[in-house]
Amino acid sequence: MKRILMKPLTNLVLAVSAFQASTALAQMDHSAMQMEASATTVDGRDPHAYSDGYTLTEGPYAQPGPRQLKLADEHAFWSVLADRLEYQKDNDSTVYDAQAWYGTTFNRFVIKAEGDISNGTLEESSTDLLWGHALNAYFDTQLGIRLDNYRDGKDRRWLAMGVQGLAPYWFELDVAAYVGEDGRTAFTAQAEYELLLTQKLILRPRAELNLYGKDDLDNGLGSGLSDLALSLRLRYEFNRQFAPYIGVEWTDTYGDTADYRRSAGRDTSDTQFVAGLRFWF
Amino acid sequence: MKTYSATRRRFVQGLAAGGVLAATPAWLQAAVKGATALGSAPVLSGREIDLVIAETPVNFTGVTRMATTINGSIPAPTLRLREGDDVTIRVTNRLPVDTSIHWHGILLPYQMDGVPGISFKGIAPGETFVYRFKLQQSGTYWYHSHSAFQEMTGMYGALIIEPREEKHRADQDYVVELSDWTDEDPMRALSKLKVQSDVYNFNRSTFFDFTDDVSKMGLQAALEKRQMWNQMRMSPTDLADLSAATFTFLMNGTTPAGNWNGLFQRGDRVRLRFINAASNSFYDVRIPGLKLTVIQADGQDVEPVTVDEFRFGPGETYDVMVEPQDDAYTIFAQSMERSGYARGTLSVRQGLTAPVPEPDSPEWLTMKDMMGAMGGGAMGHDMMKMDSMGQTKMDHSQMSGGMAMDHSMHGMQQGSDNPLAKPSSTIRHARTEYGASVDQRVDTPSTNLDDPGIGLRNLSQRGLRPQGHRVLTLADLKSIDGVLDDRRPPARELELHLTGNMERYSWSFDGLEFGKSTPVSLRHNERVRIILQNDTMMTHPMHLHGMWSELETDQGELRVRRHTIPVQPAQRISFLTTPHDLGRWAWHCHLLFHMDAGMFREVVVS
Repeated sequence: MKRILMKPLTNLVLAVSAFQASTALAQMDHSAMQMEASATTVDGRDPHAYSDGYTLTEGPYAQPGPRQLKLADEHAFWSVLADRLEYQKDNDSTVYDAQAWYGTTFNRFVIKAEGDISNGTLEESSTDLLWGHALNAYFDTQLGIRLDNYRDGKDRRWLAMGVQGLAPYWFELDVAAYVGEDGRTAFTAQAEYELLLTQKLILRPRAELNLYGKDDLDNGLGSGLSDLALSLRLRYEFNRQFAPYIGVEWTDTYGDTADYRRSAGRDTSDTQFVAGLRFWF
Repeated sequence: MKTYSATRRRFVQGLAAGGVLAATPAWLQAAVKGATALGSAPVLSGREIDLVIAETPVNFTGVTRMATTINGSIPAPTLRLREGDDVTIRVTNRLPVDTSIHWHGILLPYQMDGVPGISFKGIAPGETFVYRFKLQQSGTYWYHSHSAFQEMTGMYGALIIEPREEKHRADQDYVVELSDWTDEDPMRALSKLKVQSDVYNFNRSTFFDFTDDVSKMGLQAALEKRQMWNQMRMSPTDLADLSAATFTFLMNGTTPAGNWNGLFQRGDRVRLRFINAASNSFYDVRIPGLKLTVIQADGQDVEPVTVDEFRFGPGETYDVMVEPQDDAYTIFAQSMERSGYARGTLSVRQGLTAPVPEPDSPEWLTMKDMMGAMGGGAMGHDMMKMDSMGQTKMDHSQMSGGMAMDHSMHGMQQGSDNPLAKPSSTIRHARTEYGASVDQRVDTPSTNLDDPGIGLRNLSQRGLRPQGHRVLTLADLKSIDGVLDDRRPPARELELHLTGNMERYSWSFDGLEFGKSTPVSLRHNERVRIILQNDTMMTHPMHLHGMWSELETDQGELRVRRHTIPVQPAQRISFLTTPHDLGRWAWHCHLLFHMDAGMFREVVVS
């Protein structure tokens, strides 16, 4: 009964998230053009037109030596966000999903780490090491590598290229395509939204899906749409940087991935209650 | 009305006795002795002044922190100097890092302007730098560090230059210096804004605000109210980057609980020299029960204008005359984002208080604040403007069609041959505004000066103030005869846009942060017009060092001399300047974090 109801829902959600991703990307591409088209103005003024050829270090009255005055636009900042550090009740496992960056406003080194720990050992993990560069006002392109590790499977290495940022209507998107060894390819998309119930109580829906180019029997992943996870987390921000949460996450698998799971005697979908912490510094 | 926890109240209200801690090193004793228990700074005067910069422990909130101080006090000593004097000010650095002092609004040789890397090297630890300059002006100014975040951690003081002949008779004369204190390391606060730009905004729109609106105005209207904001990823309550979530607001270095007190006798004319020495806070100032007669703006005489309230940003000063008749009045300065206030009392004797108003509820930014003239349908204000100045508005709407020959049209209307008689209304976005550093560009800016700004519009109609309550606007300010002494029309016109990306927390001119920018080159003694168009949703107090910024209307009528001009969201203003002093000068937004994030340019006068 549950499964029957879930299927159409899944399809609907899938369609919606795919649509969101594609419209957001389209908007990203076209936003600059649209703006230009609607501008009522003379565009393309040279921002250096008033300099008479002088620079911050050359020209009359410049201080001798290398430039001394450097502001925060040339300062490297860093941040670590533990977005999900949670205990999943039915699996009896701990899941982490963290992201860290170091760099300037427009160029950053980014690490994304996700993993699943149960019975004291790391079951599987996925780590992205990326160079992020601002694509437009709201999105960064990210290029780098991804390392997948499996306790009971085969480790995989990928080249990664993705886009991460904030889409219109405040959807946080993280979309990436991967190319691995032996002609393997993969695609992941994540979308999140924050609904403020109060200034401190925040409901956060999240969707994630994974696709693969070909079957990976060693790791139980099938080609095509492999899995989809939908979740809701309710957090309370004691302060903006520290928030415990509770939530529920529903995962479904498809195609060969689902078949692999069935033949291994595992459920193809499940619903987890989770409790965890979100913090950043 | 609001319920705070005890610690929260102490944080917002501050410690009653908050400030510099009593255990002061011996070498500072002399300087501190002059300070009163009420937090007024000591006064130094004469032709020779010695200032010592050092770390000093302070406690404003219950937590002891290290401040950077000048002569051990917050605010720094008030310097009372005399117009025409040659002054020598020795500044000794006892910090472990470089420091500097900038004399805000003072005309002087560029080497004395105190901006490290532009005017001089800065003052190294252990060094004494000797500032020498002649005071060519009079009025209320201030001074502060121009190094890193030292201004924010305590280095600011009043600088009063007494005129050779005082025109304004007053029985009492008080400096009212408003500032903001945070227990956080400022770099940490900036770094948090880089991660989450609304980290200090606790007035964000919530789901229940939405359901409230649905029940009041219906689903359709509630959705429409939000649609543009959500589509553009902008927050309508983004009124300030920092708030009482981290700040304790101070008046003369005194917390709201400490209640700074100025005394008067009934019948006195009291001169209040308001200085906004805050790092990042705009203040809306009023004294319930008293009319405020503004006599000077940025130290320069204006035709007296009587108002009930004024807004000013970091760097601006207003001299105000009041004639109190009752026993006690509250000086109430709420921050623009309405998260808190600084407060003090004027009274006939110590210990009296008057009622303290609640801060207003924060008002959502309007479409006008996002789009300028084309977004202003909601305000009767704009409609009035359209009626009285139909011709101008016509030009503006035609402008939307992309007319490039506005210049000649203006010239014809004026009956003048000078194409620069009026500021150009053709909007020219820099090509660098089309990158990741800019999240919006305004194509229909407002050019009127009579908008009091968000949160101060139509206060009487909305029942927030008594009938007839008048808020000062830029249009009310007019220099008295003789102040604007260069009557030449501008020989050329420069246009720069104020730009930013709130999500990335980046601020700039023309989409170029300071590190990527080149200087603006001005010629010695030329008369030049500078147009500033604000392509952001925040008000930027723009401070040009070394020369005056003489504000004009959109019709090219010269109005008032300033050193710091607040430019409202989606507003396009222009000013004329005559650079009399050679050298390199700083030009920046005086919101310290906007400046540090890159809204900073160098100006070369050669």
